[in-house]
Amino acid sequence: MRTPIAYYLILAGILFAIGTVGVLVRRNALVIFMSIELQLNAVNLTLVAFSRQLGDLNGQVLAFFSMVVAAAEVVVGLAIIISIFRLRQSASVDDVNLLRG
Amino acid sequence: MDLVIFWVLAPVSVAAAVLMLFQRNAVHSALLLIVNLFTVAVFFLLLDAPFLFVVQIIVYAGAIMVLFLFVIMLLGVSRDESLVERLKGQRWLAITLGVGLALEVFFAVRLGVGLSRGAIPEFTAVNEGGNVQALAKVLFTDYVLPFEVTSILLIVAAVAAMVLARRQEAAPAPTTTPLEVPEPEPVP
Repeated sequence: MRTPIAYYLILAGILFAIGTVGVLVRRNALVIFMSIELQLNAVNLTLVAFSRQLGDLNGQVLAFFSMVVAAAEVVVGLAIIISIFRLRQSASVDDVNLLRG
Repeated sequence: MDLVIFWVLAPVSVAAAVLMLFQRNAVHSALLLIVNLFTVAVFFLLLDAPFLFVVQIIVYAGAIMVLFLFVIMLLGVSRDESLVERLKGQRWLAITLGVGLALEVFFAVRLGVGLSRGAIPEFTAVNEGGNVQALAKVLFTDYVLPFEVTSILLIVAAVAAMVLARRQEAAPAPTTTPLEVPEPEPVP
């Protein structure tokens, strides 16, 4: 018995919503970043599910590219968090409320 | 069999994601996110994408999460975040919006794709000669230019991380006091 594609789409939607709540609620910059990873991953699941449904490999290629971009994004984002931590001695986004360095 | 694995792992996946939000310790959040990433990897396997299954485990659960844990350890583990809300009612508003988003996706999927167990086309023809070979054929014919551009992107990201995280040698001590405005020179 194959799982209907709609189940995967709804699961991806739930995971994306949880990631959104995480970005809005949490104050720790690292946990916010993890929530963004969760959202990216949910979108990847959607892409692969549609790729399966439509019998088309382009969705899997796009998910692959999105993983590569996520890796690059994590590297730069964590570097920014480290440099902010050096400046403010805190990883909380509430302490970074000024544009001035 | 397919359906059984889905129904076992989907609650695990959602529970790990929800628990991730409620952990005060960032290390616990990271470990729960790894659980979530592993379940999503198994879903990739169920969806006939074994290459993405492996890449998900190596790149996401392996490399990216190790990087996260490394930075958490670097910044110090015991820093619990304050639970004081800067904006009043922001937390409940955010949770309401999140539930609304999930319901919206649910109804959109029901309307657009349908929850029925429609016949899913076979994927064996697309994965002819193995998923990796089929994916490589698409990647190196239709997507050669984006593939090369990603290599530039990764190099730029690595250089950017080095520049951003470098410790400035002669930089003045970091202060949070407001900048002093220099007095205008008296005109003789």
